[in-house]
Amino acid sequence: MKDKIFKAILFIAACLIILLTAGVIYGLVSKSLGAFSEFGLGFITSTEWDSRNDVYGALPFIAGTMMTSILALLFCIPFSLSVALFNGEYFRNKKVSTIVSSIVDLLAGIPSIVYGLWGFYTLRPILIDMGVSDQGFGILLSSIVLAIMIIPYASSLSAEFIAMVPNDLKEGAYSLGATNLEVITSINLPVAGSGIFASYVLAFGRALGETMAVTMLIGNTNNIPTSISDTGNSMASIIANQFGEASGVKLSSLMAIGLLLFLITACINFVAKYIMKMVNK
Amino acid sequence: MKKKKRLTSTAKYRLTKSKIFFFAVCTLSAITMVPLFLILWELVKKGYKQFNLNLFTEVAPTSMEAMLARISDSPIPGGILNGITGTLLILAIAIIIAIPVGIMVGVYLAENPKKRMAGFVRSLSDLLQGIPSIVIGVVVYIWIVIPMSGYSALAGSIALAIMMLPMIIRSTEESIKMLPTSLKEAGLALGGSYTTVVLRVLLPSAFSGLFTGSLLAISRVMGETAPLLVTALGASTVNWDATNPTSAISLLIWEFYNDPNLANLVWSSSLLLLLFVLGINLFAKSIAKKWKIQ
Repeated sequence: MKDKIFKAILFIAACLIILLTAGVIYGLVSKSLGAFSEFGLGFITSTEWDSRNDVYGALPFIAGTMMTSILALLFCIPFSLSVALFNGEYFRNKKVSTIVSSIVDLLAGIPSIVYGLWGFYTLRPILIDMGVSDQGFGILLSSIVLAIMIIPYASSLSAEFIAMVPNDLKEGAYSLGATNLEVITSINLPVAGSGIFASYVLAFGRALGETMAVTMLIGNTNNIPTSISDTGNSMASIIANQFGEASGVKLSSLMAIGLLLFLITACINFVAKYIMKMVNK
Repeated sequence: MKKKKRLTSTAKYRLTKSKIFFFAVCTLSAITMVPLFLILWELVKKGYKQFNLNLFTEVAPTSMEAMLARISDSPIPGGILNGITGTLLILAIAIIIAIPVGIMVGVYLAENPKKRMAGFVRSLSDLLQGIPSIVIGVVVYIWIVIPMSGYSALAGSIALAIMMLPMIIRSTEESIKMLPTSLKEAGLALGGSYTTVVLRVLLPSAFSGLFTGSLLAISRVMGETAPLLVTALGASTVNWDATNPTSAISLLIWEFYNDPNLANLVWSSSLLLLLFVLGINLFAKSIAKKWKIQ
């Protein structure tokens, strides 16, 4: 009898997770209906964000989010791939690799708002000196900081996949006279390829949802950025910026942006998890 | 027969190329670690002046007080006591909510690995983990702040608890799965009921994993700002009532950042937050290492 109750409690706890997810989706959908019934699906493709006339559209923010995240991903690839090779191949199971990987992991522990401060006070003056833009704010600044933030996620996962490459394959290549680099390019990377790809997709998903650092660095203008030195706004940053003072249709529009952001990150994460499942099989 | 050897196929060329690549990997890896130290250095350099006892004993100053101090060129009075107590309150409630539920779900997943329901719950937990923190904040705003008709520490705690849940579920499941089956069988053979075996054998044996997993989850949500911004809002006094708006260290940093008069306080409070977060993080990892060896 006691066991039955205990099992029932565990089952109910698991049901709570289902309920929670349903609550997240239902809450977002029901509150963003206001915006979608007002503007229709044109909400997604409209570039207008006008508080005075109460006309809202999400495209500038979708564009801002995508531009910053894709750029961040590009910036992060050379570094995180190096760290992954360093820890997963060259110095696998050596002491130096545990040091490097724990330091890189600590980067993931730094709060987003501290990254924002650092970007604002340290990186921004550098970009101004380099003449990127007058104020330094913009897509470029936020993507550099985003890149640093997602390096640990991309590198630790891909290091695991690189370390999983079977030794006999590599030894075969070495015995045929391949150099270190040739083993990496012709054995490690192709074999671990889809796993590495999946870890970058996951890192991309992280970059999409980052809020505070981007809010502090992107410049907060409601336009579609035309170049990497241009200012803009991301989906997360427009919510963080305008949520407090919003009401009515505007609040509903912000929630609709939240729903879109949720859908995009959910798809990205699903793709990554699906690839990883295939790899592990 | 004479074969023309191309430069790119000589052994020397290939070895050199391989070596250059190796050095590039080492250099880039070294560069990756630099930002951590740059950030720490920046915070220490600019924050140590304000990093004093007042930080822990006084509430955040108003913009006016800070301006007067700035004019007379003295250090800004006040500290972040309201933020520290707020962070503690919000975290404590979040822990009380997230850890029991997370452990129960984790046990369920580890005990019923093949059930369709478990697979479904596992994917949903992954889905929850991927939700951006600001979206979680918005959802909690919809479900808690609107019905309670006001911002509150409780809403902030629930947002953080939702962010912690997937991490705790995952670490519970993994650490229970790592235990040998014989352990459970021995418990059952001794006549222990299922409940006793789970509560008295499995969970204590998996304790190290649960503990480090929970600590890491705490350190991850501790510095969160975005979800608190739309749920706990912030307050200028020390508040222990969970139904009232409450401040947090991260919220104060955001306030200081937005107010030029208070900008100097940003560094000491960020330094404190970073020390907290990295301290818990390192502590969790060091005990994880210690317990794994034994």
